[in-house]
Amino acid sequence: MANLPSNPALRRTLSLAPALGIIGIFMLIPVGIIAVFSFLEAKSFGGVVWSFSTDAYVQLLYERALDDSLILSPGYLIIIWRSFLLAGIAMLCCLVVGFPVAYFISRQPLQHRNMWILLITIPFWTNQLVRTFAWIIILGRNGIIEAPFHWVGILGSDDTLGLMYSNFAIAVGLTYTFIPLMVLPIYASLEKLDFTLVEAAADLYSSKWEAFSKVIIPLSKPGIIAGCLLVFIPSLGAFIQPDLLGGGKNMMLGTLVQFQFSTARNWPFGAAIAMILLAAVVIFLMIYARAARGQQKMELH
Amino acid sequence: MAAIEHSKPKKRRAFGEVPGLGALAIAFMMFLYLPILVLVVYSFNAGNIVMVWTGFSTDWYARAFANEDIRKAAINSLVVATSATAIATTCATLAALALARGGSFKGKGATVGVITLPLMVPEIVTAVAMLVFFSNIGLNFGLGNVILAHVTFCIPFAFMPIRARLDGMDTTLEQASRDLYASDWETFRLVTLPQLMPGVLAGAMLSFVISMDDFIITLMVAGAGDTTLPVYIYSMIRQGITPEINAVSSILLLFSIVLVTAYWFVTRTKPDGKNR
Repeated sequence: MANLPSNPALRRTLSLAPALGIIGIFMLIPVGIIAVFSFLEAKSFGGVVWSFSTDAYVQLLYERALDDSLILSPGYLIIIWRSFLLAGIAMLCCLVVGFPVAYFISRQPLQHRNMWILLITIPFWTNQLVRTFAWIIILGRNGIIEAPFHWVGILGSDDTLGLMYSNFAIAVGLTYTFIPLMVLPIYASLEKLDFTLVEAAADLYSSKWEAFSKVIIPLSKPGIIAGCLLVFIPSLGAFIQPDLLGGGKNMMLGTLVQFQFSTARNWPFGAAIAMILLAAVVIFLMIYARAARGQQKMELH
Repeated sequence: MAAIEHSKPKKRRAFGEVPGLGALAIAFMMFLYLPILVLVVYSFNAGNIVMVWTGFSTDWYARAFANEDIRKAAINSLVVATSATAIATTCATLAALALARGGSFKGKGATVGVITLPLMVPEIVTAVAMLVFFSNIGLNFGLGNVILAHVTFCIPFAFMPIRARLDGMDTTLEQASRDLYASDWETFRLVTLPQLMPGVLAGAMLSFVISMDDFIITLMVAGAGDTTLPVYIYSMIRQGITPEINAVSSILLLFSIVLVTAYWFVTRTKPDGKNR
């Protein structure tokens, strides 16, 4: 062990090999296989037939009628639409609540700031499944919210407010799960913000609103964009929240993919949806990379 | 003039302050913690219907501890998390060292891209991709499959704090060591590694928490006997909600909270040994 390879390039390659090898074999290749599978024919009860077919993608939009003609079917489009809509709603809720909270924390003395950030970080690292389960107890039949209605007698013993198993419940679950990912990056850019610029705006007789919209918002834009993506992307592919809080009727892309692989056993179709999800994520990440690069250029000038 | 100078700081402080923000921040904290609190409180419910409080009892904890399946799932979780953490942290440390101290080379950006790839691919996509991969190549190491899957997505989580630590470290000590004729291995073992240790520890803790908490990838990859605790909790929720789920969940929560808090205090020491 005492003799490390003396050639720096060789040593570097050897040190990188385990990490790159593992991620390459167990991540890159499997995702590649999924991409290939999405263009193959489905075998009944799972698996694929090795012949090229775009059926999986066609199936997203059309249903095959008995006479083999294609009929437009909105079922899967609705699921795609619901995924984008709920991810968007969750993102907006997180932004509307998260920005003021991040601003408040950034204006606190240093010691308090660290405490606040720790408190926001802790729930994020605790089990998502467990935290989502907690919402069943709150929103569910006879749950914390419904119970008082039952006591007072507004709701009969068989009635329910219908909060659970709805798009509303999914949106709450997504917001609850991912909001720390909005607060933390916004806080990071607000903390770096040179507050004397805001004071300068005040000295130059700008209103509070002007100082906010023309100084604070533009300077915290990188954090806002990062936060929005960090909430939107995992929400778009979420599984736990739509599965536990949405019930069978309110599927999202994540639950649809899982359903195709575990229950429906149509692998190419499941693979095609997974590819669409992945493509959406890649597009959003590219937009982000471009925005971040633009921001860097602006800062250099 | 004096009057203006005196009044200015007051005006400045008031300008950035928005009334009601403190109340909002406190309401936000309640939003974050009340569901967790509700979950824990109801784990002490005596009755067998979660939402109907009938009295205080620790019976559900006793039951959870006595449940053979839960015990087995918990042991699986610990075995997977410990092995995955050890392997992922080692790989991540090597990779971080190569990237931070190996000079510049062609494809460096792509290398970092591949290492952080598991953070970008949606979990459900990773989950089904691994399921298809394992079942198609016929790889069946039982719990080994789960460990391999966990190592893969733990590597970037271990990598990031180690890399950050390396970037923040002063290289003059390493140079001094080499000037004093220490071998590369001695420099690494006696100078670099001790300084890097808090980063390695932080990376290991992060991967441990991530591995312990993973659900969807494990659900898809694990065979019948290789259930981990989150997957078992999921199957319990599917079967019907009892306070036993709350009890198991509370234990899992406590575990993560302790680890994350420990992580927080470890990463707060900067490379120069001072507290931030």
